[in-house]
Amino acid sequence: MVGQILYALPFLAQGFALTLWVSLLVVVLSLIAGVTLGVGLVYGPAPLRWAVRIFSDTIRGIPILVLMFFVYYGLPAIGLHLPSFWAAVLALTLFKTAQVIEYLRGAVASIPKGQSEAAMAIGLTFRQRLTYVIFPQAFRRFLPPWINGVTDAVKGSALVSLLGITDLMQAINQVIGRTYEAMPLYILGALIYFAVNYALSLASRRLERRFSFIRE
Amino acid sequence: MSETSNAGPALLDVRDVSKAFGAVEVLRSVSLQVERGEVVTVIGPSGSGKTTLLRCVNFLESYDSGSIRIDGKEVGYLSAGTRQRRGERDLAAMRAETGMVFQSFNLFPHLTAAGNIMLGLTKVRGKSQAEARQAAEHWLGRVGLAHKADSLPAELSGGQQQRVGIARAVAMEPKILLLDEITSALDPELVGEVLAVVRSLAEDGMTMLMVTHEMAFARDASSRIVFMADGGVSAVGPPKEILAAETSNDRLRTFLARFRASHF
Ligand SMILES: Nc1ncnc2c1ncn2[C@@H]1O[C@H](COP(=O)(O)OP(=O)(O)OP(=O)(O)O)[C@@H](O)[C@H]1O
Ligand SMILES: [Mg+2]
Repeated sequence: MVGQILYALPFLAQGFALTLWVSLLVVVLSLIAGVTLGVGLVYGPAPLRWAVRIFSDTIRGIPILVLMFFVYYGLPAIGLHLPSFWAAVLALTLFKTAQVIEYLRGAVASIPKGQSEAAMAIGLTFRQRLTYVIFPQAFRRFLPPWINGVTDAVKGSALVSLLGITDLMQAINQVIGRTYEAMPLYILGALIYFAVNYALSLASRRLERRFSFIRE
Repeated sequence: MSETSNAGPALLDVRDVSKAFGAVEVLRSVSLQVERGEVVTVIGPSGSGKTTLLRCVNFLESYDSGSIRIDGKEVGYLSAGTRQRRGERDLAAMRAETGMVFQSFNLFPHLTAAGNIMLGLTKVRGKSQAEARQAAEHWLGRVGLAHKADSLPAELSGGQQQRVGIARAVAMEPKILLLDEITSALDPELVGEVLAVVRSLAEDGMTMLMVTHEMAFARDASSRIVFMADGGVSAVGPPKEILAAETSNDRLRTFLARFRASHF
């Protein structure tokens, strides 16, 4: 049994690498898109605010699995064929983006209006106000839910196996299909997911402590 | 500080400014001039539009009609006629010419006292870190806080925070300083130290437009007092004239009587 699992390790490692790659893509892309759209939601002109609001509410109202199947099986109906890998990344990114938008909105809304006004009064431009006054203060509030979201992304990436992509989850299932060693392999999988997320939460706690000097 | 001569029009020239929040008319055709080096105090009952007026002067608030000029330059709009807002950079540059001190201090909590002052100096005035630090220390010294340069706002008393707020505003070398009830949030025993700083700035010739409920201070420190009521300027004049109990202006008399009743 141990031999069989050892034999399958390189294959599992490939799956694990794919899980990390999907997670990384989703986390980075959704961070960029979510922060941009979140700024639009808070500071943009009314039409942009409505558009972002509708986007975020819609996406968050759809189960992520439905979203993934919609992107993979539904979009080809309007002529958009995405390879399963990118369909999965797109669906997970859309889902995560909607969350990041809300984290950003909440974090920025927690900063008193007087901060923006004081920044305006000394002549900072919009971009400078965000960079030097609002974001550094909002960061502390943004970080905890966002890190939670990152660990969700790692776990949620297991859904891509449903589109036939060989991530860690799919790799485990395939090895089980060959070896019939379900229990040890699922435990191994759980340990790996846990290890990644545990490392992430340790890192986040360290980050939070580093920024704890910013008082309310 | 300024290239324009003293002979020209007032440094701050507010003409017929009106503003409404929805259906509520908050400013009704307000006109007001502040000369270079002058200290003008605005008094008036709650809701009379004092704060709104000050906020219009550095365009934290837009106004519906009329014109506000600082040193001859139209505030907020490209010209009084067009009502076309200035661009973001232009607005920022314009706001850097007016300093504002807030009732609630509004210091940046993630920056030290010196950091609060240095932010505008480096990002807006383009000074180097070293130059900005030097200026910050100079101004902190002026407000009696040289030893607090590296303290965070949370480590300072209210009076100290407000003095940093003043230092942050004047370090930008603004043409005019706007002060909105800057001692209202302070414990009574801390009011004096903040007013002393304002007084010393006035003695150095800083042009100021301030809102205050400190009548004794208004009487001693201002060259003129503006009494606002219902969004309009109801009376303007030297302190002695405006604060005289026997004024013929009914509203002003009522305001002063009420004020005396509640404060003495
Ligand atoms: N952002 C706003 N939206 C709607 N109404 C406002 C707003 N800001 C001020 N107002 C209203 O405008 C009027 C004038 O307010 P303002 O704050 O200028 O008065 P004030 O003279 O400074 O009063 P106080 O002495 O209480 O500070 C008030 O009736 C107030 O309710
Ligand atoms: Mg007010």
